[in-house]
Amino acid sequence: MAYLPHQPRLSSTRPVVITGAGIHTSMGAGFVENADGFRAGRTAFREVDLFDVSRQRVGSAGQAAMPEQPTGRSGMGREWERWDRGTRMAWAAAREALSQAGIRGEMPVCVGTSAGAMPIGEDYYRAALEGTRRGQWSRVETYQPQRQMTRMMASLGIGGPLRIISNACASGANAIGQAFHLVREGRAERVLAGGYDGLAQMVFAGFDSLQALSPSGIPRPFDAQRDGLAIGEGAGFVVVESLESARARGAQVLGTLLGYGAATDIHHLTQPHPDGDAALITMTAATRMAGLEPEQIDYINSHGTGTPLNDVAEAHAVARWAGESVSEVRLSSTKSSIGHLLGGAGAVEAVICLMALQGQWLPANVNVREVDPVVKFDLVREPREAEVRYALTNSFGFGGANATLILGREVER
Amino acid sequence: MKALTIGGVGVVSPAGWGLAALREFLARDEAVVPEFLERTTSAGDVIRTPMARVPALADRALLPKLARLRRASSVGKFAAAAALEALGPERKAEIEAGQLRLGVICSMMNGCVNYSNRFYGEVLADPAVASPILFPETVYNAPASHLSAMVQCTAPNDTIIGDGAEVFLALDLAAEWLERGDADAVLVVAPEEADWLSAEALGYYDRRILPGEGAAAVLLEKDGAGPRLAAVPDGVSYALEPDRTRALKRLWSQLSAVDDGFTVWADGRVGVPRLDAAEDSVPWCGPRISTRLMLGEAMGASAAIQLVAAVDALQQGVYRQAVVTSVGGNQGVGGCRLVAAE
Repeated sequence: MAYLPHQPRLSSTRPVVITGAGIHTSMGAGFVENADGFRAGRTAFREVDLFDVSRQRVGSAGQAAMPEQPTGRSGMGREWERWDRGTRMAWAAAREALSQAGIRGEMPVCVGTSAGAMPIGEDYYRAALEGTRRGQWSRVETYQPQRQMTRMMASLGIGGPLRIISNACASGANAIGQAFHLVREGRAERVLAGGYDGLAQMVFAGFDSLQALSPSGIPRPFDAQRDGLAIGEGAGFVVVESLESARARGAQVLGTLLGYGAATDIHHLTQPHPDGDAALITMTAATRMAGLEPEQIDYINSHGTGTPLNDVAEAHAVARWAGESVSEVRLSSTKSSIGHLLGGAGAVEAVICLMALQGQWLPANVNVREVDPVVKFDLVREPREAEVRYALTNSFGFGGANATLILGREVER
Repeated sequence: MKALTIGGVGVVSPAGWGLAALREFLARDEAVVPEFLERTTSAGDVIRTPMARVPALADRALLPKLARLRRASSVGKFAAAAALEALGPERKAEIEAGQLRLGVICSMMNGCVNYSNRFYGEVLADPAVASPILFPETVYNAPASHLSAMVQCTAPNDTIIGDGAEVFLALDLAAEWLERGDADAVLVVAPEEADWLSAEALGYYDRRILPGEGAAAVLLEKDGAGPRLAAVPDGVSYALEPDRTRALKRLWSQLSAVDDGFTVWADGRVGVPRLDAAEDSVPWCGPRISTRLMLGEAMGASAAIQLVAAVDALQQGVYRQAVVTSVGGNQGVGGCRLVAAE
């Protein structure tokens, strides 16, 4: 990763594969539980009991069950207590990905998060208001996401440069995209990449203040009567590796990473350009990089928050990107099942794309009653069997961060 | 690969708004006079925290005309002013005309603490009436977003967060973007603002640390006329090497810094022996610039201010090379080496 002008790169571009994947969401712990849930078209929302929601317009979210505290590792018990919800879920997903890849050691880590360890910061704030000093150093220290991720890396036996990307709700996709570039261009043999966010009162109240949360607690992306999103929490991680390296060590290849696009929507801090201009840029860039045409994409896992403005912008972008073949585009938003995981969304949804590629089925955009007229594509409302060779996933965030990833099933094309 | 050069710098610091104010302040070789932040706890105790504050803006021309900045907190304004200075009017016009694709990388540690403080205070009081105007400005990437909006450019825009050595990772990422062609030029900006929350937080590490704030920006481009970026080694992670002195030693060996009297070291010392021990252990007889000793600890912005001071020293023709280092608090150490323009 270092910039040392005299050092030549290993190659200009080379094939990139995924050799490990891990996930933790309100749908379940691990790849299998989540795949079963999405395959069955389940939803996973519940009343929030982590903080007081009695004065909020909305009281539910995709609140996840916490991973079990690991046992048998010296010192891990104390460290675990210093971690917030997000880091614990990140640890669980990263551990699963590394275990599946069968790898440890020195490698760069790219992580996306929007809120970091916000709940610890909230604890610090409340204690500071009271003038309490006891425990405050620990809260200040552990509130910082780089501290949490550095310790997480150490506990997983990973060392190497750590890159934490905080591009709001596109962070997780950006992290995997940056890992893709690092491997593709020979800057790294493999990278642990992913995203995470845990529920936090301030963020929950923030989206509620914007009236972005669905009052019913049930998000209905692309429904004509959609009324907002549901917040979720969780983590998704993948081991991104060069094909050459994976083959050399006999690693199982779960899928390929083929394209990545990133752009900035400068229309407004929180609202997308109505025609989805930046989304069109990232989708076009990613498909070009993958060497594919839009009609070759078998499935799109959309950003699809369920807010009125986002879904219209994305639908327009998809229609412009696909052109005449838009009706053939099969698309769903899995946020309808687990909510919007903010900084973790892009990474979790990339892992869901891997599930679709591996299992040859399409996850559903559940809860839709009447499809919005803006939808010109094939909105997948029930899980279905399908041939899936290439999947595309979109992530858009506050501040205009837009990102698109393309994953493939087969190593050779 | 063409050489990467520094095409412009900008800075806002307790020394004032702009590079000239920083240069003048450093030449005086004095420490900033702290102000005191005062608040009363719910228990009725008054807490006073010294802080090195950015002075009030005297010249409105130093801040871009941008509607978004009306709602932005200090961190967004510091970032915009530093960015505007680094770009200069000609490049800004080129970018706005679509002739130059500008990537933006914002490097932060603390983020938008003023509005986070205010917004969470409102949430605790009554979440039903918490302000929807404040919340979007609490997000880490709000300042970076304003910068792309300022120049009307859709090229990639990333916010990366980490400890006080994060800006070197931003330089590395900028080099990657330029090499790949993701952008024609990349603006690396490191802004921080402080209020009582973060100022008191620093005191838990050591009461002798003077909290600061500000922003620094460097414009990276290919084959320009400015100082050349000669090396940005991988930062040494504490996950790999928890001992800070050994971590810095490992980084130092990759910087290839020569103690020849013509190389200046812009170090990250804060004036606390325990925290400065790693940098104090490096055998160095040559000239040093220690901006944190004079301007306070501005978290993610401090190393970028060091970088701007180093670039300026090279541009003044005083030195041939500069090394910049920062020993981060809980992630790792980072640094870079620069060579004066021929």
